[in-house]
Amino acid sequence: MDITVNGEAMQLESPLVIRELLERLGLADRPCAVEINRAVVTRDDHGTTVLADGDVIEIVTLVGGG
Amino acid sequence: MTTTCSNTSIEPLQLGPFSLRSRLIVGTGKYETWDVMRDALDASGADAITVAVRRERLLDAEGRSLLDAIDLGRYTILPNTAGCFSAEDAVRVARLGRELLTQLDNPGKDWVKLEVLGDKATLLPDPVGTLEACRELVADGFTVLCYSSDDPIMATRLRDAGAASVMPAGSPIGTGRGIANPAAIAIIRDLLKNPEHGGDPAYPLIVDAGVGTPSDVTLAMELGVDGVLLNTGIAHATEPVRMATAMRQACEAGYHGYRAGRIGRKLYASASSPWTGVVSTIPGE
Repeated sequence: MDITVNGEAMQLESPLVIRELLERLGLADRPCAVEINRAVVTRDDHGTTVLADGDVIEIVTLVGGG
Repeated sequence: MTTTCSNTSIEPLQLGPFSLRSRLIVGTGKYETWDVMRDALDASGADAITVAVRRERLLDAEGRSLLDAIDLGRYTILPNTAGCFSAEDAVRVARLGRELLTQLDNPGKDWVKLEVLGDKATLLPDPVGTLEACRELVADGFTVLCYSSDDPIMATRLRDAGAASVMPAGSPIGTGRGIANPAAIAIIRDLLKNPEHGGDPAYPLIVDAGVGTPSDVTLAMELGVDGVLLNTGIAHATEPVRMATAMRQACEAGYHGYRAGRIGRKLYASASSPWTGVVSTIPGE
């Protein structure tokens, strides 16, 4: 299964929920917002939203800005 | 002789449901270290600070981040949509910011500093995209603080679209050129705030961007705007913490200066000392 995470191609052997993807990336304990195919998935749904082949995922945080 | 107590208090700045003690809003970008940033934010007196939404780094996510460096209990975080060149992207980024601030339980989750830029070199706002995104975000329940050019008619369009505040640039982002067109800012003030021009005195107007020096902040405030938002002027000063202090003082000076009512400009001089009783010989008299 092929997905794109923050602009980078990634292959998954089996379906994952968002929470598992964040754990795999070491981001599970950090505040981060997730968008799948241009729609935000709120944190409450990270444990139940299963990623699908071709999904484009953005994982973002807050940085310094003006 | 009776003395009257002069009014030196500063009214809170009301932006939709948000009430700020400080009329200076400062950014968190471009600081050399987190420690300098933290001290500069403190010195600025700001209670609202802007942040940007960016991709998590997937490979080297270690290290101290902005969120480790700021006291989330002290500041209302104002997420921006910097870097967006379309209404669609700006709306996406605003929603991502709301999701992050919801997770952080920060009151800033319900507002956004909307920027839709036209071009990377000038960083000037795209008025069409800005208006479109403003309408959509207002419909989605956001308190929208809207970055704009200093075009007076555009300012009224954004207000009419539901922006909680219009924030014209003094000059382009990061240029430090100050208030490039004071007359335009004064006209925006009248259109938005003066009842004779269809304005509402309570409608908040903020100068955002281009402010380089304390005198720029004072000039903006003396023009009758309600607040100033700046970042680079502090972050890139040689001594950011000292500059943050100066910006805070400048903001207060301009606030009082505008309300105190300045004297008119005259072509000829007007002596401060009485002519009556002078012992000198006055030329021509």
